[in-house]
Amino acid sequence: MQLLYITLALFLLVNLAAGMWRVLRGPGVADRMLAAQLFGTTAVAILLLLAEAAGSNALRDAALVFALLAAVTAVAFVKRAWSMQEERDVD
Amino acid sequence: MEAIDIALGLFDLLLVFLLLWLAWLVMSSEDLFKAIVLFVAFGLLMALVWVRLEAPDIALAEAAIGAGLTGALLMAALDRLNAVKPMPAAAVVTSAKREQPSLPSKVLPLVALVLIVLGLGYALLSLPDVADGLVPNVKEQMAQSGVKNPVTAVLLNFRGYDTLLEMVVLLLALLSVWSLGGVRKLSPRNTNPVLASLCRVLVPVLILVSCYLLWVGADAPGGAFQAGSVLGAAGVLLLLSGWHVEQKILLWPLRFILVLGSGVFIIIAAVLFFTQGGLLTYPVAQAGWLILLLESAATLSIGATLAALFFGGIPKSRVDQ
Amino acid sequence: MIDFFSILLLLAGALFFLAGTVGLLRFPDLYTRLHALTKADNVGLGLMIAGLALQAESLSAAGKLVLIWGLVLLAGASVAYLIARGALLRGVLPWKR
Repeated sequence: MQLLYITLALFLLVNLAAGMWRVLRGPGVADRMLAAQLFGTTAVAILLLLAEAAGSNALRDAALVFALLAAVTAVAFVKRAWSMQEERDVD
Repeated sequence: MEAIDIALGLFDLLLVFLLLWLAWLVMSSEDLFKAIVLFVAFGLLMALVWVRLEAPDIALAEAAIGAGLTGALLMAALDRLNAVKPMPAAAVVTSAKREQPSLPSKVLPLVALVLIVLGLGYALLSLPDVADGLVPNVKEQMAQSGVKNPVTAVLLNFRGYDTLLEMVVLLLALLSVWSLGGVRKLSPRNTNPVLASLCRVLVPVLILVSCYLLWVGADAPGGAFQAGSVLGAAGVLLLLSGWHVEQKILLWPLRFILVLGSGVFIIIAAVLFFTQGGLLTYPVAQAGWLILLLESAATLSIGATLAALFFGGIPKSRVDQ
Repeated sequence: MIDFFSILLLLAGALFFLAGTVGLLRFPDLYTRLHALTKADNVGLGLMIAGLALQAESLSAAGKLVLIWGLVLLAGASVAYLIARGALLRGVLPWKR
C-alpha cells in the first residue's frame, strides 16, 4: 500500500505541474484562478496520501487547513481581485 | 522497499524543480495577478516540502499563512493598487526608461548576488554531516516546559521572547498600514445567497478549527500562529460577505483585541521578572496554563490583526466622523 | 478485501484528477474548464478520501477525512457558482461550436 500512496502522490504532482500551463497561459485572470483552485485540491489529496503513508495525523490537519483556506482565497478573488474590465478582451 | 525509494526520490526531485521554476516565474512575471497565483502555488508546494522534511509544524503554518491567507492579502493589495493607479500608459513609459540602467547598477547587484551565493555555498558545505543541534537540550528540559510538543515548548517557553517580539511585529505591520491607508468604510452587506450560506457554514467551522489547532498545540503540531491565521481567515470571509459590525465595536474593543496578545505577554513577562527573576521564566507547576493563556490571547490578536490587515485601512466608525 | 476496494477507489480518484487536469488544459472556455475542475474537486478527492478512509486507523481519523471532503464539496460548489456568475456579469461569452 505504501508504494501505491507514494506513486499516486507523484502522479498528482505531475498533474499539478501540467496544470501550470494554464496559469501561465491564462488567458483571463479567472482561468489562472481555476488552476490555483485545482492546485489546492490536488495538494489536499497529496497531503492526505502522504499522511496515510507516514501515519501522521498532523498532516491531515494541514490538509484540513488547506481545504478551508482555499475557499477563502477564491472568495477573495471573486470579490476583490477580479476587476470588471479585465475580461473584456477574452471572448 | 526499493521501488518506494525511487518513487519518493522522483517526488522530491519534481518538487524541487517545480519550486525553483515557480520562484523564478514569480520574480519575473510582469502581470501582478499571475504573480499572486504563482505565489499561492509556491506556498502550496512549500508546505509539501516541509512535509517531506518531516516538519509538520511548519507545514501546517505554511498551509495556513503561505498558501492560505497570503493569497487573500495580496489580492486585497492588488485591488487597492488598481484603485489608486489611474493610467497604465505612464507605467509603460517608466518601464521603458528602466531598460537602460547605468553600468554600476548592473554590475553591483551581480557582485552582491555572487557574494551571497558563495557565502551560502560555503555555509552549506561546511555544515557537519550529522548535527544534533539543540535537540538534546530541548529533550532534557521538556519535563519542565508544561507542554508535550517540543516546538511549542521552544516557541512559548524556552524562547518565549521571540514569540513576544513576533506579536509586536504584527502589531507594527498593522500600525504602518493604518498610518498609510486612511479611513475605510465597511463594504455594503452582501445580498448573494450562495456566498451568505457558504459563510454561515464555513465561519463556524473556521472558528472551531482555530480552537482545535490552539488546543492541540500543547502536544502535537498546532499553536497560536496557525490558529490565529485560521481565525483571521474567518474574519476575511466575513468582511468579504459584508459583515455588519457595530460602529462602537470598531473603536476601542477592536483595538483592545489587537493589543491583547502583546499586552498579556508583556504583563506576564513583567510579573515573572519580579517574582521569578527572569523574563518569561515560568514556574514549572504553572507553565502549562500560562502557555495556554498566552496562546489564547495571541490567537485572538493574530486573527484580528490579519483580518484588519486584509481590510487595509482604519475601519470607519461613527465616532471618528 | 478492504485493500482491494481501497486500491480501486484510489485509482479511480486519480483518474478523475487526471481528467480534471486534462479538461482544464484542453477545454475551450472558462465555463467548461470550471466543469472539469469541479470533477476533480468533488469526485476525484471524494474517491481518494473514500479509499483512504477505508485504511484509516480510527473512526475519528476517518471522520476527519470525510469532514475535509464535505468542506471541499461545499466550498467547490459555492466558488464554482461565484466564478461562473462573475464571468457572466463581466461578459465572458460561453463557447459555441
